[in-house]
Amino acid sequence: MNSEYAEFLLEIGCEEIPAGMIPGATKELKAILEKYLNAENLLGDAEIETFGAPRRLGALCHGVRLRQKDVRREVTGPPKSIAFDSDGRPTRAAESFAAKQGVEVSSLAIVNTPRGEYVCATQVIPGRAAAERLNEIIPRAIMEIPWPRTMYWTTASGVRFIRPIRWIVALLGGKKLQFELGGVAAGAFTAGHRFLGRSRILVSGPQDYIAKLRANFVMARPAERRKKVDSELAKLAAQKGLRVNADATLADLVVYLNEYPTAIRGEFDKSYLALPEEILITVMRDHQKYFAVRRRDGQLAPHFLAVINLNRDPKGLVRAGHERVLRARFADAKFFWETDQKCRLADNLQKLKHVTFQVKLGTYADKVERVRALARWLAEQWFARGVHESSVGDADRAAELAKCDLVTDMVREFTELQGIVGGLYAKAQGEPEQVAWAVYDHYLPVAVDDPVPRNLIGSIVAIADKLDTLVGCFAVGLMPTGSSDPFALRRAALGIVKIILERKLPLSLGEAVAAAARGLQQYAPKLHVGGDTEGQALQFLVDRARHVLIERDGFAYDEVNAAFAASADDLVDAVERIAAVRAIRKTRNFDPLAVSFKRIRKILEKAGPRESWSLPAIRVELFQEDAERNLHTAARRVALEADAHKRAGRYKDALQGIAGLRPVVDDFFDQVLVMAEQNDVRRNRLTLLAELLGEFSTIADFSELASAEKSN
Amino acid sequence: MISKVQRDKLTGLTFQDLLFKLEKFWTERDCILQQPYDVEVGAGTMHPETFLRVLGVEPYRVVYVQPSRRPTDGRYGENPNRLYKHHQLQVILKPAPSDVQELYLESIRSIGIKLSEHDIRFEEDNWEAPTLGAWGMGWQVLLDGLEITQFTYFQQCGGMDLSPVSVELTYGLDRISAYLQNVDNVFDVRWSRQKSYREVRLAEERQFSAYSFEFADASRTRKLFDLHEQEAANLLDAYESSSRDLTLRRRFPILAAYDQCLKCSNLFNVLDARGAISVTDRATLIGRIRRLACRVAAAYLSQQESPGQAQEQAQEDGSAGVGAAIVNAPRGRA
Repeated sequence: MNSEYAEFLLEIGCEEIPAGMIPGATKELKAILEKYLNAENLLGDAEIETFGAPRRLGALCHGVRLRQKDVRREVTGPPKSIAFDSDGRPTRAAESFAAKQGVEVSSLAIVNTPRGEYVCATQVIPGRAAAERLNEIIPRAIMEIPWPRTMYWTTASGVRFIRPIRWIVALLGGKKLQFELGGVAAGAFTAGHRFLGRSRILVSGPQDYIAKLRANFVMARPAERRKKVDSELAKLAAQKGLRVNADATLADLVVYLNEYPTAIRGEFDKSYLALPEEILITVMRDHQKYFAVRRRDGQLAPHFLAVINLNRDPKGLVRAGHERVLRARFADAKFFWETDQKCRLADNLQKLKHVTFQVKLGTYADKVERVRALARWLAEQWFARGVHESSVGDADRAAELAKCDLVTDMVREFTELQGIVGGLYAKAQGEPEQVAWAVYDHYLPVAVDDPVPRNLIGSIVAIADKLDTLVGCFAVGLMPTGSSDPFALRRAALGIVKIILERKLPLSLGEAVAAAARGLQQYAPKLHVGGDTEGQALQFLVDRARHVLIERDGFAYDEVNAAFAASADDLVDAVERIAAVRAIRKTRNFDPLAVSFKRIRKILEKAGPRESWSLPAIRVELFQEDAERNLHTAARRVALEADAHKRAGRYKDALQGIAGLRPVVDDFFDQVLVMAEQNDVRRNRLTLLAELLGEFSTIADFSELASAEKSN
Repeated sequence: MISKVQRDKLTGLTFQDLLFKLEKFWTERDCILQQPYDVEVGAGTMHPETFLRVLGVEPYRVVYVQPSRRPTDGRYGENPNRLYKHHQLQVILKPAPSDVQELYLESIRSIGIKLSEHDIRFEEDNWEAPTLGAWGMGWQVLLDGLEITQFTYFQQCGGMDLSPVSVELTYGLDRISAYLQNVDNVFDVRWSRQKSYREVRLAEERQFSAYSFEFADASRTRKLFDLHEQEAANLLDAYESSSRDLTLRRRFPILAAYDQCLKCSNLFNVLDARGAISVTDRATLIGRIRRLACRVAAAYLSQQESPGQAQEQAQEDGSAGVGAAIVNAPRGRA
């Protein structure tokens, strides 16, 4: 380390920062410090490392410049001929220029410029001491860390931060920086673990800081904490011949909940294992932040692993406390499980009459009726199209039961288990397995990366439920706007698209939307859904599909647009057409043909309203050139072949045939003037082109494809 | 497991001793010892000693126990952890001292918990009371996984930005007591050396659960809600149009309007437990209570700030003895 550089350390000591926000804030702090230090010319090649723990956000850097570099600035003055007389003595002009620039006349230099020789003054702006700059920058940088919501803790005009700031360490080269923030002066004292460490620890620099914190039971770096957590969890599980139920999200969370994480193992009564593991895991993970453990055969074991903010639990006091809390939670869950089972799931339909889904869309009982009808319709569609696992009866039953768990005690307590609880109850009450799984899965996919329902019946209910919500909300004017989407319609639409695509379900989106609209009219609230609304809902779905295909499946936007322009009604079919376009577009003839199609489209647009030129049919006798005759013949032939390919789903073959038209199309444009003088001839040529475009745009509209060549 | 010696030591603290200890701890730190409010409330925050005292600039420190009614949580005394009525120990520190977390932890030490032997943590929990137009940021404090305290820096109350900021500490006495006595069922807690929690409270749990879930007449309860709301609204209308008459303004019963607002809040909870509130209904009713609460807060502040008020306050402070003569005799001897 050379003496121009020094070590920098910053720590913002806070009351406990929400765990979920620390990783983001750490990242932001790094970016903000880099921005400021670079702008001030204070950062060499060294990296800034930032880190966070519940009571602190920190940054350290091994090479911050102690002083900004001097900046030299050259200022051009008057021409030499004016600044100096013929004897080479400075004139008044030179003196006043030098005075203005704050330099001696003797230091003026002469520079050559394209305009001739000029006088030039060199100013040296001395770099300022880094500490001086940091005193200003650091408080600003701290205030710039973005948080979802901030608070004030003294008065309403006081500083705002995520939680109160109680101390600040800011050292450059071992010396304290001089600033104050929210009534706290920067200093050299940090604080150790709340209960195990000292509360005032003098530190001299980054290494000293990390080491002294470690000695005071704070592991400043999250990666170290994670390592400790992972290894202790594995060890505690292995001691009992068990393995940890892997949960990276939970592991990340406990890393930021503890400054000195230590894993402990607790037990619970075996009798609770009679409860479904979904419920046990939810209670442990979501409510207590415990890891579940499994036996070799995959079954849950009557143990849990908790991560505590201590170094040890020699008397087992902590373990006993956690066991006690878990016992109470499990007792609650067991109580709910037993009370809920006292009635059949379907009996809850009555209660759904009192639960509002949305004011204008009625109760959940109303929704269930609509979803049932839609599920039956979907099941019929697919059964008729040869999807044999489709069953109208099962789909109807699953839709009937899907929402019944909303009024159970279990879901009221553990809302995140909606659907799952219904599925478990359905299974326990002897519903067919298909139906139970359908109920269990019908909220899927919730997040983009979630799986789709595991069976077809679940997919049917999931689509019916989401489609009813989507069309219903559109019908009563609850479309998402900007960031506001209270009914999660984007997610619903995305879910529908994902299920259709992943399960490759043939479906006319237009007909499905119409079926949902019919349901809203036929059942409460008996809404009339206008054609406009159906159109909007349909467009919304198509937009989501476009998004999924481009962003997630990696199709090019113009390939998707080209295929969708032909039709986006059946997504599975559309994807096959997109794939065909993608496969064929790199072949020799395709790109020029796409250019020609664009040209045709422009010609037709310029020709005015179609009815002003269109002939009822092409009249062969009006052809004057061979090229137009050839195009007509070739197009007829290719159209027949392409049609046969298309019917058989061989889109690629069809496109290949069409691409083969390129030479005749080129000849046509070389030799034929479309806008001929003679009216009949012109109209005949336009009609030929229109037919060509229409005929060959049913797989994809080539004019949508971005061309490698320039079109004109 | 807990050794016999420890168990005996822990179980030494009865429910009422726990309460005494915490009250003593906080009164030694300059808190006024207040008593529970005599109107049904769902939380200690609703006591005027919190809701109104956190408004304005006057420093204040208070501690009190507030029995809090949560009709939907009633379980007829059959659930080991859920109660129709539980006991909150409420502390307000205004302004928030900078060592407030340390103070709080000392209070936990004062009830016999060795901090270095337990897993105590502050987990994010931003508290909000929509019916009071109040919210704050802070944590729930967990003791070996058990939520024992809500710790909040008040940001708004009655729709008003608060300045200075008050800290509210709300201890869940019932569960802390069960923890200290190492019992799984709150009804097994020893209230005093002689009586158990069950003996003291079970009948009340049973009857009020039955009332909230089965007997409360929904339409009459709703009428009561309307009546109390009207009473509060009338009072507030009258106050808001009484700007000229300073004498009237000073003795105007804003506090009575607040009582009516509290009544509405409790009746809302009863209706909720009775299953008589739909989703949209809920939002509307909460909005109605909040409007009252916010109007009370605004009226209270304007009354505090009205000319002459400060002077009068000073006079009263100088003649504290006068009050004693007019204090009501205890009911038993009246």
